[in-house]
Amino acid sequence: MSRSAPIAQAAISAESMQGPVAGAESTSESVLGGGPPLDLSRKPRVAESLIQGFLFLCGAISILTTLGIVYVLGRESLLFFANEEVNLLKFFGGTEWQPAIGRFGIWPLVTATFMASLIAMAVALPMGLCIAIYLSEYAPQRTRSVLKPILEVLAGIPTVVYGYFALTFMTPLLRGIFGRDIVEIYNTASAGIVIGILVIPLVSSMSEDALSAVPNALRQASYGLGATRLETAVRIVLPAALSGVAAAFIVAISRAIGETMIVAIAAGAGPNFTFSPFRAAETMTGHIVRISGGDLSYDSIDYNSIFAIGLLLFLLTLSLNVLSQWIVRRFREEYE
Amino acid sequence: MAVHQRQTVPQAADRLMPSGAAHHEQVVARQRRGRIWAIVFQAAMLAGIVALCALLLNILNQSFGYVAIVNTIDPAELAVDGVPLNELPKENLVEILEANISAGLMRRYEHDIPFAERSRENVHDLILERVVEPQVQATWGLFDSIFARDSVFAEADERFPGSDVYFRSWLTTSFISKSQSSEPLRAGVRTAIFGSLWVVAITILFSFPIGVGAAIYLEEYAHKERLLNRLIQTNINNLAGVPSIIYGMLGLAIFVRILELFTSGAFLGIGDQSTANGRTIISAGLTLGLLILPLIIINGQEAIRAVPNSLRQAGFGLGATHWQVIWHHVLPSAMPGVLTGTILAVSRAIGETAPLVVVGASTFIALDPSGPFSKFTVLPIQIYQWTSRPQDEFRNLAAAAILVLLILLLSLNASAVLLRNRFDRSRAIA
Repeated sequence: MSRSAPIAQAAISAESMQGPVAGAESTSESVLGGGPPLDLSRKPRVAESLIQGFLFLCGAISILTTLGIVYVLGRESLLFFANEEVNLLKFFGGTEWQPAIGRFGIWPLVTATFMASLIAMAVALPMGLCIAIYLSEYAPQRTRSVLKPILEVLAGIPTVVYGYFALTFMTPLLRGIFGRDIVEIYNTASAGIVIGILVIPLVSSMSEDALSAVPNALRQASYGLGATRLETAVRIVLPAALSGVAAAFIVAISRAIGETMIVAIAAGAGPNFTFSPFRAAETMTGHIVRISGGDLSYDSIDYNSIFAIGLLLFLLTLSLNVLSQWIVRRFREEYE
Repeated sequence: MAVHQRQTVPQAADRLMPSGAAHHEQVVARQRRGRIWAIVFQAAMLAGIVALCALLLNILNQSFGYVAIVNTIDPAELAVDGVPLNELPKENLVEILEANISAGLMRRYEHDIPFAERSRENVHDLILERVVEPQVQATWGLFDSIFARDSVFAEADERFPGSDVYFRSWLTTSFISKSQSSEPLRAGVRTAIFGSLWVVAITILFSFPIGVGAAIYLEEYAHKERLLNRLIQTNINNLAGVPSIIYGMLGLAIFVRILELFTSGAFLGIGDQSTANGRTIISAGLTLGLLILPLIIINGQEAIRAVPNSLRQAGFGLGATHWQVIWHHVLPSAMPGVLTGTILAVSRAIGETAPLVVVGASTFIALDPSGPFSKFTVLPIQIYQWTSRPQDEFRNLAAAAILVLLILLLSLNASAVLLRNRFDRSRAIA
């Protein structure tokens, strides 16, 4: 068999990579292997279409998952709000969450969630950003190759282990510092700090990616003008990577709001409308876990209420994630 | 920096370049600020490492250490004719057991496995369990046990007179081989390990083919400009950011409730009919499968994208169909990357707790799961339950279970790294 011209003609360009080869049919008489000319492009390929259909279904499952989440949360929440004891005004206006006696104010759960997230962000954002700047601008290559896997280990530890850490290490530490009378055994401060530690790797790795993507020419220009390393990092590189860093921050907030096991173990059981970080308070996620961990009968008001909380949680985190993607798209600095 | 030498520059340059004592001071201040912040950045990195060390040391501290134990009956009293308990033959041990426990309990043991068939060790264990009945009074951490040994003994003498104080590792082989028990000294994680393995097996079976299929579709077939395909892509990115507990609620509503007939095994007539509901291994596995699907798809897409286009062109040029090119060339060359991503996603699934609590893991089961339709518990759930107990000894158990979980995850991650390195090397050669 010789390398004949038709094969060379049949080679396709990178642009037409999608789908079966167009123009692969032989035009000359000297068809490979002899015989009459065949138009293979018209040949029905049932198996190929079946496979493509199956692969499309695989991709479509992700859409089905989203639809499932929206349907399930929406349906049960509607059942919850259809209850005559509940209405939106009470839900967003009340400061007491006691489904057993008909109090459905979401605020105690929301304030606890935001308090824990706020504390977590107070820990994670400065630490994560400092680590990112250190890794991207200061650390030598060798140090970086040792330190980055350590952060990956931190990111790979299951959250239930962090919860254990919060309860058996952070809480006694806080009680030792501030006094046992002030700090309760279960408190949002300890949970918040540990959530902060949990999201540090997320913030630092996303921010570091953004910082490293800034072209070196910018740094060299800055050094050439006599700027110090700090000035280059903070005034040149950081502003250039700001969209990526901001996106990292927002993803971290969303992660902190959705974090469950740490608050379920360390932040306390029972909704509590308080602004003191040293008191026990239950977050939205903690409440869902506690209620569903007990004996839960379907279509009870408890069962429906956790889906209403879940819907709120889903909308919160989804809008934060969408916001972060939008920031990256809208404010990204493009460099050649 | 070269700024110091500015003073020697001739006067003519002064109008262009600032100089003088004031300027020199400013430069020194700038450099000092730079040094201070460099220390701050390093300190942040150090704090991160310290946090990791604190976490690991805390778990080690809780997994080993002195315990004070009080026996209901001193084993020395059970010695027959001066022969200590652990050297007695089986016949004597059965007699001791008969003399000390109720006839009803004895009949139950006889019913489970006749005493004639039991081994000597088994009877010995029964005696320790039912007759000696050791009770944990207090536990101490590893660091106290090493550095403050004397005060540990003093405290034990004072608070628990007559107690046996000895060094105990909570992570033992029997901890791994024994099933759940309400007695901390005899509790183990066997059921939870089996549960974890079953759940993860279902998760992989479900999410690996679908995830890789979706990645192939998005990279090889989908026209990027079509709205539907853009929608799928955006959707996958968003799903990766949904909190895991939401997936738990999805699993509870869909797999546990709506598909109860299938997930309870009732449609096959198998499964645990007494408690036939959907809170089974298969529900848990499918829920976690949905949870890690976006991760597998995103990682798979990256791996497929990294396959050089020349490979595809060569395949098409030889007349292969689209699927033949994918199956014989693209997939084998992308597989190490796909597998690495899958291992990382699976290790996430193994550590996941919240969705399984919502789906309905059993709080207490002592029987090994027998199939995808059994009730289940998994390692992280077991850790969560032990951590939530107020007694110290359950915290020790939780720490030991955490060690088991971390070792499992570490070996998985190590295999992912090995796979990646091997892949990089083979690519470097090619």
